[in-house]
Amino acid sequence: MNRFSMADCTTVDAALSQLKDGAVVKAGGVDLLDRMKDGIEEPTRLVNIRNVAELRGIRETDHGLTIGPLTTLAEISDHPLIRAQYQILSDACGHAATPHIRNMATVGGNLLQRVQCWYYRSADFQCIRKGKDLCFAFDGLNQYHAIMEYATCPSVAPSSAAVALLGLNGSVELSSAKRGKRTVGIKELYVVPDANPTKFTVIEPDELITAIVIPKPAPGTRSAYQKYGEKESFDWAIADAGVVLEMDGDICRRAVIVMGAASPVVRRSPQAEAALAGKTINEETARAAGKVAVEGATPLSMNAYKLDLFPVAVYRTILLAAGQRDRDPSAAG
Amino acid sequence: MTKIPVEDAFTAQAAAPPKKTVQMPVGVPGYTLADEAREIPASEPPVWPINKDLKYVGQSVQRYDGMAKAAGRARYTSDVQLPGMLYAKFVNANVPHAKVISIDTTDAEKYPGVRGVHVIQHVLGNAVLRNPALDPVKYPVVRYAGQPLAAVAATTPAAAEEAAALVKVKYETIPFVVDPAKAREPDAPAVFPGPADEAASAGGGGGPSDVKQTGNIHGPSIHKRGETEQGFKDADVIVEGHFVTQVQTHSALETHGVVADWKPEMLTVYASTQGTAGVREELAGFYKIPLTQVRVITEFMGGGFGAKFGAGNPGVVAAALSRKTGAPVRLMLDREEEHLSVGNRPSSDQLLRIGAKKDGTITAIHLVAYGTAGCGTGAGCSGPASNLYKSASLHTEESDVFINAGPGTAMRAPGHPQGAFALEQTMDDLAVKLNMEPLDLRDKTDEHPVRRVERQIVRESELWKSRNPVAAADRGPVKRGVGFAQSVWYRFVSMGSSAEVRIHKDGSLEVMSGVQDIGSGIKTVMAQILAEQFGVPPSQIAVKVGDTNYAEGPQSGGSVTTLSLTPAVRDAAWQASQKFLAEIAPALGATAGDLVLVDGEVRSLSGKIEPLSFKRAASKMTSSQISVQAKRVPDYDPKKYLTYGGVDVAEVEVDTELGRIHVRRVLSVHDCGRPMNPVQTISQINGGIIQGISYTLLENRLLDPVYGLMVNPDLEQYKIIGSREIPDIDVRLVETYIGQSSTDASGIGEAAGVVSIGAAIGNAVYNATGVRIRRTPMTPAVVLAALHAPAQGKELA
Repeated sequence: MNRFSMADCTTVDAALSQLKDGAVVKAGGVDLLDRMKDGIEEPTRLVNIRNVAELRGIRETDHGLTIGPLTTLAEISDHPLIRAQYQILSDACGHAATPHIRNMATVGGNLLQRVQCWYYRSADFQCIRKGKDLCFAFDGLNQYHAIMEYATCPSVAPSSAAVALLGLNGSVELSSAKRGKRTVGIKELYVVPDANPTKFTVIEPDELITAIVIPKPAPGTRSAYQKYGEKESFDWAIADAGVVLEMDGDICRRAVIVMGAASPVVRRSPQAEAALAGKTINEETARAAGKVAVEGATPLSMNAYKLDLFPVAVYRTILLAAGQRDRDPSAAG
Repeated sequence: MTKIPVEDAFTAQAAAPPKKTVQMPVGVPGYTLADEAREIPASEPPVWPINKDLKYVGQSVQRYDGMAKAAGRARYTSDVQLPGMLYAKFVNANVPHAKVISIDTTDAEKYPGVRGVHVIQHVLGNAVLRNPALDPVKYPVVRYAGQPLAAVAATTPAAAEEAAALVKVKYETIPFVVDPAKAREPDAPAVFPGPADEAASAGGGGGPSDVKQTGNIHGPSIHKRGETEQGFKDADVIVEGHFVTQVQTHSALETHGVVADWKPEMLTVYASTQGTAGVREELAGFYKIPLTQVRVITEFMGGGFGAKFGAGNPGVVAAALSRKTGAPVRLMLDREEEHLSVGNRPSSDQLLRIGAKKDGTITAIHLVAYGTAGCGTGAGCSGPASNLYKSASLHTEESDVFINAGPGTAMRAPGHPQGAFALEQTMDDLAVKLNMEPLDLRDKTDEHPVRRVERQIVRESELWKSRNPVAAADRGPVKRGVGFAQSVWYRFVSMGSSAEVRIHKDGSLEVMSGVQDIGSGIKTVMAQILAEQFGVPPSQIAVKVGDTNYAEGPQSGGSVTTLSLTPAVRDAAWQASQKFLAEIAPALGATAGDLVLVDGEVRSLSGKIEPLSFKRAASKMTSSQISVQAKRVPDYDPKKYLTYGGVDVAEVEVDTELGRIHVRRVLSVHDCGRPMNPVQTISQINGGIIQGISYTLLENRLLDPVYGLMVNPDLEQYKIIGSREIPDIDVRLVETYIGQSSTDASGIGEAAGVVSIGAAIGNAVYNATGVRIRRTPMTPAVVLAALHAPAQGKELA
């Protein structure tokens, strides 16, 4: 790890004033310090926002929820209102990483964590996401990589919280000392590698996430998230699904189906959503939606098995959201 | 063939001392226990009864240092802080195969805080060319990415790391190969320019050096018993399978490392090692100094699993840096180095055929196995096929395949998890084909008396009774299955094992040995033995181990520690007690022959004197200290040699849509001679099962095929079992007496489930799904591929 200086800030204004000359924001430090220890990022100055009290907490508003970006994953997953009305978010935050990490990791940091591709994470591989020309995964080991939308880089979206927030149509409020505030939807937050492989998000170096905003779900909304790894304890998703169902009695008025570990950024499946709209939710309709969720997917040399996993993740999570199935023991971690 | 992993085998000869004939309990209480006569040295202590009649030995006594470990007071190697200590960091190769043209240390040496740089001239661990002249002489050839080239010592860890990055290495790269299948092809890049061999360590591993080498194929080593061609002709049925297992790294909690402190008169090394004596020998040999000038200390040890024998590159390099700088030097590996350069369990690629008669009699076993130990050897895996079952004929052919990866080392039951994975699943296939119950098939062909008892315990268990004999009986996507498999390990005795017992005039007692406690709890057992002898609680015994200043202890590999050392401890304790009674007898007005030490009291057989406490009796000593050192006497009757058994039953749920295997319950029935401390023995078996599940389902060292680098050198993408994957484990210890020593203890480390659990899981998956999985790790990708394979019995690609 390189040597660096660190500015400890306790207010948003102080933090924003420090964001210059290549300074990098540190919140929980879970992912940033990993990247620094692995030698793939070498910031010379960190701005520690861990102790900015105004950025922490969950507030119910007339329009839904406002969550401070420093709120920990554990605080979100345990919050009674989120457990009751935003289950997909409670599930996603409650099943990321490990209990220890969930107690330390902030939701803002979770959204901004970098991809877990082992080539990206190794200082020995100077890949396209680090400004070089090559992607090593195409000809290398790609069993955990993408099956969709990966022309430039087949790493997969790592954030469980992003899956949930996309499902809930959430957005982030970004603040800059010079330009003030702007609001960006979760989908727009991420830069697809085909557009710019080194950018990851639209956040500028002088900006900070100052709030996460989630609209109030429509009446009759039910939701769920499930993550499947090779193991339950501490593993990254090999398949996952976030499901939000707007129910009208037995009929699904509208569905949002999100997958994370299928592509470089979180994506909704319009095919799966269309397959459910106007239908009664049952195993048959859920399986039909799962099946079309991987339509058009093209596996790499080692990950064709994901074509089997995603339809299962999607159908089982639809049934979980609809209250027709228990959480999978294999998605419990 | 199984290699004997210790220098002193059980057959070692001893001088012929006067003998006495005693009756010893032999067999399994409740099943086969009977007295047998043994002719033993007259100096041996009285025969112990079975555990239920002992007070401290055989009881579940709290771990001697459990509180210290739980409270963080235990001082491991990386906790050692010496005045003026420097921190060292390796410079490692980042290419898989290269000649080193130059190593420029100029900038590193000038870096602030740096006190010394050492360039490695002799790298340890890699196989060694039979003709060393084939390699250039200036620097060792890089044979794997991660091979250490140099090291820097500095006043802080950060300075050492930063300076190490400034060492400039110029390579001339050589074509490499990291895929073991490709390495076998005739035109594959050669890892070595000629035949090369790796010697075994005290924990096993290594390979034969008397075999041919063709390209990267080192072998085959062929062993035959009878004629398998005839055996297969005589067979009514033949079953076969192609099995592939991956490379596993040891991944002990504590990485390899030392603190070396080279003073003019003495090199003192604090080492995380399984053998203090071996570290001393290697350092003395490497630096050509007498053994008396090397002291090795291992106060606490954070796991080894076979990878921590000898000084190795960290020990030799830290010593060099300490000598050069005149300061103590700490060199602890990081997790990446731990995965790359200090050992692994070799892979296997096995073709196994078994022929049998309709009644289950085996007529032929034929195994052809390849495996890679990287740039080392030791991938042989025929132990189970050669030693578990009676067969009219046997043919095994084993070859090591060199690839450009870190050298393999011994790892918990070398070769046996791999071999049993193939053998025990093929036996399961045989049972299916013969329409025999798996336990009945073993009863027919396995003569081991203790495994017979163990199978009976399985047969009577609720778990086994719940097994549906029809495979794939469940209808839903999640299917339950139960599978059974057997293990074997061998009794090795480390004959040099010694201990010293001291009785002090204040009544305090201590026992000392150079043995290191690698976590299996030998300290506690030593205390229990003295407690039994002197009638005081084990917590009052001072136990001192892990220091070559004490009498030489065994190196902890091959399951030798308890069975090798405990008889020496007991003999020393017994002889000390006899000396003690003789010394105090005059002061009590008694004769030594009239005094006995019972339940913490000195009593008179004739009743002439009142009983007095041990402490009061000690105050009558005429010397300040009574000291006795004893050495392991040979096994009482080597002709009655018995291997260790152990059988395991796994219950799995297979989610056939997700390809996910969940191990729900395990029943582990194991023997280890006399269990000295059942709670510790059970703990080792729990550990073996957990490590075995992790190996079977998760762990995999992954090497990039294009660049030859490991892509998962951490504990995040190198997937290792976590708490949620650990099943309910029901351990049944089968107390077994074999009448071989004054404690009659045996070993458990290797036979502790790690050998058989993989096959038990495979057999359970077959029972659940009707599909045989012949490849590890059984990840969702592997399981789904097997489930989707068009025809049953078809091998995976």
